[in-house]
Amino acid sequence: MLDARLWRHPAHRIGMRDMAKVMPGMMAWGLVTGVAMTTSGLPLSVVLAMSLAVFAASAQLSAVPLMVAGAPLWVVCLTALCVNLRFVIFSVQLRPHMMTLPLRWRLVAGYLSADVTYVLTVHRHGASTPASGLNPEPLAYFLGLATVNWLGWNIAALAGIAFASQIPKDWGLAFAGSLALLALLVTLIKDARVAWATTLAAIAAVWGQGLPFRLNIVVAVLVAVGAGLWLERRATRGADQ
Amino acid sequence: MMSEGVMWLVVVILVALTAITRSFFFLGEQPWSLPLWVERGLKYAPLAALAAIIAPEIVNVAPGGPLGPLDPKWVAAPVAALWAWWRKDMLTTIVIGMAVYLSLKLGVGW
Repeated sequence: MLDARLWRHPAHRIGMRDMAKVMPGMMAWGLVTGVAMTTSGLPLSVVLAMSLAVFAASAQLSAVPLMVAGAPLWVVCLTALCVNLRFVIFSVQLRPHMMTLPLRWRLVAGYLSADVTYVLTVHRHGASTPASGLNPEPLAYFLGLATVNWLGWNIAALAGIAFASQIPKDWGLAFAGSLALLALLVTLIKDARVAWATTLAAIAAVWGQGLPFRLNIVVAVLVAVGAGLWLERRATRGADQ
Repeated sequence: MMSEGVMWLVVVILVALTAITRSFFFLGEQPWSLPLWVERGLKYAPLAALAAIIAPEIVNVAPGGPLGPLDPKWVAAPVAALWAWWRKDMLTTIVIGMAVYLSLKLGVGW
């Protein structure tokens, strides 16, 4: 199924373009991640393998200090599992488009799903007809996003690993990553209900910063879903009266 | 520090864990569908996740504690957000946000 229909579909190029717009910020984050992993004191070979193979910045960054501290293996695994929990929720919405792929490609697609890949795919194709051989567009779009993201991220992370000692911390490069996502977020908000739900999610995430395993993100998503549904119900009630 | 052998094991496990958690709900072939309200509610999930990743990067609160000292990000982020909303352009948003941030931080020494 991962055939020319996906690579040649015009949506593949649109996906590449959409991801390219966010890439300057994402690459700043990749660079910072590469620096952080290198300066942690782990052997360079492990840092390189992890950076290239795992492709999950938040899981990597929470695993590394535990590895340095010599935490038990199960603690590292449990932490990585919890940090990835938000993606379990995200996979629900990607399912309709993925089921046409064989299992091994579904696993590859999961591996390639990053936050922005998911956000953009669901934003554009969340309500589209499920992808299939006759309707490859959602998958072509996803593939375009994922290839640019994977390449750009890894190039940046490798640069971070290579030049770790030369990149000063007070440039605030990580903030460039936040700004890219902020710009993306602002341009994707289309109505007041979404704006409210998203604002509450931001507050919940800040409030929950003390939670372990970045569970504040999961809490924030649940808060936004609850708030969105409540606002919808209130609106339909208002329309009834 | 862990022994290097265990580290390699961690790398392999992390790759598997990442792929499996991220494809969790599209691994099984069995058809199933969500209650309609869940499906409607999940519409709010993507942007909520995005906001939840960004917000703590900008507003750093010590666990349980009060806000930290004034941070130039609190000026730079709203300026960048307004610009993004007005121009709908990613690259200039990053440039302007960073310019405000760095001039406050390095220039004024905030």
